[in-house]
Amino acid sequence: MAGMRDFLRSCVSTPLNALLSIVVLVWLATTLPELFRWALLDAVWSGSSGRDCAARDAACWLFIRMRANQILYGRYPPVEHWRVNIAALIGVVGLVVLLLPGIRRKTAIAAGLLFAYPPVAGILLRGGVLGLPAVPAAQWGGLMLTVTVAAWTIGTSIPLGLLLAFGRRSALRVVAAVSACYIDIVRGLPLVGILFLAIVMFPLFMPPGIEINELVRALVAFTLFNATNFAEVFRGGLQSVPWQQSEAGIALGLRRWQIAVRIVIPQAITASLPGIVNVCVSVVKETTIILIVGLFDFLGVLQGGIVDPEWLIGDQVRATAYFFAGAVFFVICFSLSRYSARIERAMSAGRRS
Amino acid sequence: MTDAVVQVPAAGLKRPPPRRLAFARMGPRALLVQGSLLLALAALFGFIASNVVANIARLNVHTGFGFLARPAGFDIAQHLIEYSERSSYLVAFVAATLNTVVLAAICAALATALGFVIGLARLSTNRLVAAVAAAYVELVRNIPLLLQLFYWYFAVLGTLPLPRQSLEFLGVAYLNKRGLYVAAPVAEPGLAPFTVAVAAGIAGWIMLGHFARRHRVDTGEAWSPRWIGPALAFGLPVFAWSWAGAPVSWDIPTLSGFNFRGGAAIIPEFVAMIVGLTIYGAAFIAELVRAGVLSVDKGQSEAGLALGLRRWRVYLQIVVPQALRAIVPPLAGQYIHLLKNSSLGAAIAYPDLMLIFAGTALNQTGQPLEIMGITMATYLMLCLGIAVAANAFNRRVQLVER
Repeated sequence: MAGMRDFLRSCVSTPLNALLSIVVLVWLATTLPELFRWALLDAVWSGSSGRDCAARDAACWLFIRMRANQILYGRYPPVEHWRVNIAALIGVVGLVVLLLPGIRRKTAIAAGLLFAYPPVAGILLRGGVLGLPAVPAAQWGGLMLTVTVAAWTIGTSIPLGLLLAFGRRSALRVVAAVSACYIDIVRGLPLVGILFLAIVMFPLFMPPGIEINELVRALVAFTLFNATNFAEVFRGGLQSVPWQQSEAGIALGLRRWQIAVRIVIPQAITASLPGIVNVCVSVVKETTIILIVGLFDFLGVLQGGIVDPEWLIGDQVRATAYFFAGAVFFVICFSLSRYSARIERAMSAGRRS
Repeated sequence: MTDAVVQVPAAGLKRPPPRRLAFARMGPRALLVQGSLLLALAALFGFIASNVVANIARLNVHTGFGFLARPAGFDIAQHLIEYSERSSYLVAFVAATLNTVVLAAICAALATALGFVIGLARLSTNRLVAAVAAAYVELVRNIPLLLQLFYWYFAVLGTLPLPRQSLEFLGVAYLNKRGLYVAAPVAEPGLAPFTVAVAAGIAGWIMLGHFARRHRVDTGEAWSPRWIGPALAFGLPVFAWSWAGAPVSWDIPTLSGFNFRGGAAIIPEFVAMIVGLTIYGAAFIAELVRAGVLSVDKGQSEAGLALGLRRWRVYLQIVVPQALRAIVPPLAGQYIHLLKNSSLGAAIAYPDLMLIFAGTALNQTGQPLEIMGITMATYLMLCLGIAVAANAFNRRVQLVER
């Protein structure tokens, strides 16, 4: 109650504040009801074809419903959807267990997710062994492709980034120079450019006769690009570990790699967790870029659906598709950034005590 | 050498900067590690180079930069320099690079302005305003830029009416499906005197300020030029205008037939990119501004208020200058992001460096090595330029600190 009173008082504390409040309120009063009407009240929820949406000046959720399969799985054969579901289930359960507070042996779970999960998921999705029919990457798409790309990128570029961050701080000149050069050059290039580079140049760089599909090329580009972003985050984390920590390790007679793995890396990762999560958020957002090179990710499938002749029935389908895509990305990225903010708060609370 | 002596660190002492070993002083292990790293890199580059040579021979790819002088043969929807289909690839490259630079520069300016407004709004004492600003930042930061560009380009600009039903702004600008048509300035004879007058007025204002400050420092007398500076800055141009005539006249777009004539036509892709990049960049800059202002000690503004300064003066002369120290270094990072993000224009066909050179020109010439090399080097140079400029500016801002 007191909070509410404080809030209201703050809105009218000075004449200028009162004026601003009125402007904001008028704006909210005109937009929010209209949004409510468009997205919920007048929206089309059921029907059998695009024609059911044509007459209405409101959201066409029917489009999302009828295209749900493609939005989730792309052109993955419907009979095999269960494989995607199982791979997703294992991943989600692993992540939830990892993120839940109060669970022990997190290192083992993280290692499992990092090393054991990718081959399992790869076999499930790709098939071709153990009696599973092969599903070529060209048929992957939709949210499944988006999640695959994001998970792969995060999983591969964190170790590579850690390596680069260590390299950059190395006392060995050549190692430091090579790492710094790589990081600074790649960070000066746009991701679209690196993606083009991977798509166009890969065939030139490989021995004649070796064909690598576009998804793999895109994945390599994502890894090489984002490793530098993680490296910069880890560099900050490594710098925040007091050097006395390593010295204590030396005093205890630990070997260099032991000091790195047992003392420095755990503290550096904890210190850079908020930054890591922030880079993860940008990775999730960046995955949309693969539609530029002709892969049908979540946004690509929606974009393709809009121009499908069956749904070329005015602007509402388009608006609905973008609204839906925006909402999905927002939910994923916003919860990630909330999580990062929570860690940050918890950490600063720990430092104060 | 003395630094070989192990120093016992006392509490509170800062660690000496990490030593970089000279080759001569490296142990066998360091030499081995670095030698094998160099060998591995050389092997990787050698492998790639031999494959490139083999593939070029096999695919019969042209090489060399001779193509730059050949006519490009394609049109560019927006060009700020003389360009036609008969222009060379080099001219196409310059035109496309200019499109990228102009887009990034305009968006950087707009995003900075909007970002400051939103960032300060988040710190407003009015909690309703602060909440709306926070909602803006969270909403924009957590949705992919590409999706936002699609939204502005396809869902907003794409659904605008045809030229006949254009949205009109005060009779000087029209927005429709085909783009934005605005009144364009045309230089008149009065332009030169007017420009000189503006420059002289501003220079006079600045010099007066310097003079006043030196006078105060030298004699301790508070003397302020008060209205003389502004009078110079505004009076001189007004005088020049009345004496030599208007500096520019306006070419106003008019509807003729199915489209507009006259004025300046701005292609819809450019409008969408400006709106999308500005809104996206502003959300990130707002966070920097907020963090920067919060980093200024509260005692600073309290001291200002205690001295009897007005609230806006405290803000502009005490808080913001100190906040800038925290804002400028990451702001440069945001400008670099903005420049790199402008390459997403390729997805909505904005004719920038990426689309025109790494896209169209590459497809036509079939010379990926040269084209990608030039494109990437250009982006790298532009980013480097921003970083260098920011460092120079940063040194000036930071110097104030004792």
